[in-house]
Amino acid sequence: MAAVQDGPMELDTEKETKPEILSDGSANLSGNAGSGVLSSSPHAAGAQKPEDQQTLIAVLQFLRRNKLTESVDILKREAGLSDDQENSKATDTGGKGDGDAGDANALLSRVSITSATAPQSAPLPLKSGDDQPDVRVVLSAYSQQGEPPLYKVYYSDLKKFIESVLDCHRAELSQLFYPLFVHMYLELVYNNNESEARAFFDKFSGDQECYYQDDLRVLCGLTKKEHMKGNETLLDFRTSRFVLRISRDSYQLLKRHLQERQNNQIWNIIQEHLYIDIFDGMPRSKSQIDSMSGSLAGEAKREVNKVKVYYGLLKEPEIEVPLDDEDDEAENEEGKPKKKKAKKDSLGSKSKKQDPNAPQQNRIPLPELKDSDKLDKIMYMKESTKRIRLSPENLPSICFYTFLNAYQGLTAVDFTDDSSLLAGGFSDSTVRVWSVTPKKLRKVKSAAELNLIDKESDDVLERIMDEKTASESKVLYGHGGPVYGVSFSPDRNYLLSSSEDGTVRLWSLQTFTCLVGYKGHNYPVWDTQFSPFGYYFVSGGHDRVARLWATDHYQPLRIFAGHLADVTCTRFHPNANYVATGSSDRTVRLWDVLNGNCVRIFTGHKGPIHSLAFSPNGKFLASGATDGRVLLWDIGHGLMIGELKGHTDTIYSLRFSRDGEILASGSMDNTVRLWDAMKAFDDIEMDDFTAATGHIHLYDNSQELLLGSYNSKSTSVIHLHFTRRNLLLAAGMYNSQ
Amino acid sequence: MTEREERRFVEVPRESIKLMAENTGVELSEEVAALLAEDVCYRLREATQNSSQFMRHAKRKKLSVEDFNRALRCSNTESICGYGAQDALPFRPLKECELFFVEDREINLVELALATNIPKGCAETMVRVHVSYLDGKGNLEPQATVPTAVQSLSDDLLKYYQQVTRAILGEDPHLMKVALLDLQYNSKIAALLPYFVYVISGVKSVSHDLDQLNRLLHMVKSLVQNPYLYLGSYVRSLVSSVMYCILEPLAASINPLNDHWTLRDYAALLLSHIFWTHGDLVSGLYHQILLSLQKVLSDPVRPLCSHYGAVVGLHALGWKAVERVLYPHLPAYWANLQAVLDDYSVSNAQVKADGHKVYGAILVAVERLLKMKAHSLTIAAGGGSAALEGSVARTVGFRESSPGLSPPPEPISEPPLGIASHLHAGGAGCPWEDWTPVSLPAMYCELYSFFGDSLAMRFSTDPPQVGIPTASSCQPIHNKKEPASGATNLESTRKMPQLTANMNISPRQDESPHTEQPPSLAATAPGRSFARSSSSSVSRSRSSSSQAGRSTSQSREVFPKARFPPPQAGPPAFTFIIGGRQMGRRCQGRRFQTSFIPTPPLTSLPPRVYAHKLPVIGRVSKPVRRWTASYYSLYLPF
Repeated sequence: MAAVQDGPMELDTEKETKPEILSDGSANLSGNAGSGVLSSSPHAAGAQKPEDQQTLIAVLQFLRRNKLTESVDILKREAGLSDDQENSKATDTGGKGDGDAGDANALLSRVSITSATAPQSAPLPLKSGDDQPDVRVVLSAYSQQGEPPLYKVYYSDLKKFIESVLDCHRAELSQLFYPLFVHMYLELVYNNNESEARAFFDKFSGDQECYYQDDLRVLCGLTKKEHMKGNETLLDFRTSRFVLRISRDSYQLLKRHLQERQNNQIWNIIQEHLYIDIFDGMPRSKSQIDSMSGSLAGEAKREVNKVKVYYGLLKEPEIEVPLDDEDDEAENEEGKPKKKKAKKDSLGSKSKKQDPNAPQQNRIPLPELKDSDKLDKIMYMKESTKRIRLSPENLPSICFYTFLNAYQGLTAVDFTDDSSLLAGGFSDSTVRVWSVTPKKLRKVKSAAELNLIDKESDDVLERIMDEKTASESKVLYGHGGPVYGVSFSPDRNYLLSSSEDGTVRLWSLQTFTCLVGYKGHNYPVWDTQFSPFGYYFVSGGHDRVARLWATDHYQPLRIFAGHLADVTCTRFHPNANYVATGSSDRTVRLWDVLNGNCVRIFTGHKGPIHSLAFSPNGKFLASGATDGRVLLWDIGHGLMIGELKGHTDTIYSLRFSRDGEILASGSMDNTVRLWDAMKAFDDIEMDDFTAATGHIHLYDNSQELLLGSYNSKSTSVIHLHFTRRNLLLAAGMYNSQ
Repeated sequence: MTEREERRFVEVPRESIKLMAENTGVELSEEVAALLAEDVCYRLREATQNSSQFMRHAKRKKLSVEDFNRALRCSNTESICGYGAQDALPFRPLKECELFFVEDREINLVELALATNIPKGCAETMVRVHVSYLDGKGNLEPQATVPTAVQSLSDDLLKYYQQVTRAILGEDPHLMKVALLDLQYNSKIAALLPYFVYVISGVKSVSHDLDQLNRLLHMVKSLVQNPYLYLGSYVRSLVSSVMYCILEPLAASINPLNDHWTLRDYAALLLSHIFWTHGDLVSGLYHQILLSLQKVLSDPVRPLCSHYGAVVGLHALGWKAVERVLYPHLPAYWANLQAVLDDYSVSNAQVKADGHKVYGAILVAVERLLKMKAHSLTIAAGGGSAALEGSVARTVGFRESSPGLSPPPEPISEPPLGIASHLHAGGAGCPWEDWTPVSLPAMYCELYSFFGDSLAMRFSTDPPQVGIPTASSCQPIHNKKEPASGATNLESTRKMPQLTANMNISPRQDESPHTEQPPSLAATAPGRSFARSSSSSVSRSRSSSSQAGRSTSQSREVFPKARFPPPQAGPPAFTFIIGGRQMGRRCQGRRFQTSFIPTPPLTSLPPRVYAHKLPVIGRVSKPVRRWTASYYSLYLPF
């Protein structure tokens, strides 16, 4: 395979998939639910906000520039965009110039950047030729605007001012330091004032918040204009406006000061590169600000978290009556059918009640239940009646699965939902599957042998298995690089694995062979996960996008673009309508599977996010990062509602217990910690004001919420799983060093 | 700060760039080299930063060469081959020119190919599962929290185990000392605990070898004292091994020259130590042990050394155990012992000597029982001193009024947890279930009927606790400083505290495991000769060993006389002489004692009898010299 697909080509395919998504939707619909998902999509597009339309226009312009007329046509048709509409808009934006069109411009450039995460030294002339103008567009903002030696003066002047204002404003205005510092430094570098840049950096880098250290280190190495071209982090910094949330009072204060001082340099940067989200009301305190900041592009704008999210659970499918008979037969216990029946009814009625926050049942077409799925559901219900109710007094037992002789190579682990199988991804490109139960893994017989089987017999499913192949574990070969993510399908027939080689592979657990290799990410795919209902899966990788796939399509159905750095982890919402992604830009985003929109942006982590978990009721999200903290989010309100401090190293695994009472976190520091999730969620006092402004005050109650910390000797915890009866399984690799 | 940060980056000097260029045959100008050097540095940094991402996703803490290569590949740069080895690359300096380089030895491929020692393949990757924490609790002891990731012992541990067992059971006393000491403080031997416990359970197979038994007991002691070990259920096995040493008629005891008595004493001491320090673990065993001790004691078929073990065992378990098991059992047992001691036949000589041992042990046990009981009563009475009357009440009052000298509060009456509470709880089916406490005077009277004056003397000359007890109406005859009304006699009241101060020095006052140091065992250095395991046993063993040869004949003559005849046998005048003889050796209190002897009918004696001896005791000239041996004064040469 040619080394890397070049940017435009990739973009091309991406754009072409866009129409296809829709047709996919229709296919799904006709196949499954038969309602109007397909139609809803274009309609939605028609009724899109002007912003979205601008995006479309920008995309169209880009396509036209690259002479992809066919795509242009398709896109126009699908989007229901008329020619003149586009033209008028285009001229409109063109005419407006710098001010408002900056948006479109920035968008345009961002699009090119997502496509061009490709290396600076890409061999293809087409690409580099294409890359240059865009970068220039972006950088042009940095043309000479002031006297370089005066930058220091400007900055220290502002610093003096901010230090002199009232305490309540100082915390808010201090947010300006970091983005201003970076922009001024980059401007100096761009204008070839190397020595000034260095002096500026030396003088003021110490003032920045400690959680920006990592970025500063990158910045510090960058001293030449040429370097800027290839540095993705900095490109992001310039293309995306750094978002600050400042109260009106503080903002007025700042504005007045800058106008008085005629400090145009700083004012320009604020105008051009920062987005100041002004709110009315009390200025926020330092701790409030600190809890929300830390991401690569500042905080999330308030309005992005205002979209309604249907976080409720889907109605459980009704399962037929034979359940009870089977129950008795299978269990052979002394007859308690009556009791069970009552229980089942209550369960059923509970799920029958329509949750007002739940999405429509067919909002996303879901695969129909097969008989085997129903059987599994029955098993699940049976197990859940035996579930241990966890509480702070009644903590789960922990079983540790230690990988021995892994030679530092274990990179990913997953359990099946019923805890019968265990899969591990390794850096030697293999995927290994173990049976955790005494039941051994068997392959299906070869085609020739299968022909000999009596297909009418009752135990045909048993007969097709080849007893000779029974073993405790199977190795799956096929990847060409470390396997960074594995995920079982809910029906245990398939296994997904994502790898450094840029592919996601689908494996059959019947034949233990690879069925499909999904190519789309051209760069390492960091994570992948099956939807809770199977069929769909999501993947995210180094190319900064997450993609939604269906197992029977070789191209993605949706592309979730927006993260400014790698997508490091991906999780499906329990109702399969949303996907959460964590990224090394230190934000968590929630995407709507239906239309691919980003509906939530959560900022507050100070390091790349490596684990995510939805609470079983779908209301909350927990995220863990390299900074050793777990943050809890209320999805409905779009708010941070908790911070759990205690781990000393990257948190690689988070999991809620089956009823959501307990959150377990596993980390590189060789510990599993249990947190009182119920308490964390109950303690939140949510008045209208905090809900409206999003300025929640968090108490540091990590110690109260920490129910236990359990360490292993030298086994880092990289996966956690609650069995259906609430036994906690942990998995990790034994490190002999 | 940034300066420092800056310097942390690797710089490639332009000279290196020029050299590299020359290598490939390109001539570079100074300028180009400088620019190139700077760019190379930047690119290197960038690649390193990118590679850390691969490290994080591989869930490792160590950046590998592979990670770096992946980052290079990601940015379309050729990766660097040849450095993928897992082990660290040796980085060697060349002194002359400050050059550092990675050592790259030449490898003879032919040799490698033809080599016969084919390296072993890597072990198959596998998964092991173990329940780490049950119900969120698990073993919370610091060491035991660590689940042994590998079930089988690591080589190091195995080696350690072999070395330590060899050293302890071997010949070299110095090595043994070191090994025992390590066993006591090593924090990483949790995995070996079952092995050691197994070794210790081997006591049953070396019952002929006192030395080995002793070594094994010392091993028990080290394990018990190791603060990092959670003994868990293994404590049962250890206790049973210790009990074996206490109770069994060891093969070694056939030979009278073997000092198995010391072994039993030591084992008993160990038992009590286990109970004090691991009370929570063994509390369930308490009844069981009491039962087995009682069973041995009541079994006349058992040899006397077993009985001795039972007595010292009870003694070790505390005075409450003595009170409830030994004391009620004494009348029955006495008859047997009496028979042995009364047999003067030559063939019985050895048995009789053993009998004396048992006699002595019982005496020691009941004495402490009396003392502690008296003391506990005082403590109890101390609260409401109004309950007491007369001069002694005043004395107590004085005692209270001089807090500086009064002994630290000893919870003698009620050890806070575990053992004693068990006694009180008295589970169903226990023989002492229907046990009713005997009052101190009654107990004293009964014991006096067995031991006669030897008990009284020891009781009274022993400094502290006795002094305080209940009121007495008996008037000592030769009491020169008789406090007619103790309230005014400052002199006598001053002496009281002195005595109580003595008591504090005494090493064996303990009755509570948690407020005081455990029995003198703690002071024992593991390597010391076994006989010196404690100050008390020093005197004891010394005396017993010397006694064994030298004074057997003497004691044989003397002792039967010394023994108080059975209660109904008549006047206690007999003891008077013996007591005098005994006293004559050691202390000056003889005259006072003799005067004490003609007691009125014991049963009718009111409890005040003892209290008035107080001033008398005060006259004993050298109480301090006596206390060390006071418990074991039986072993003093007669």
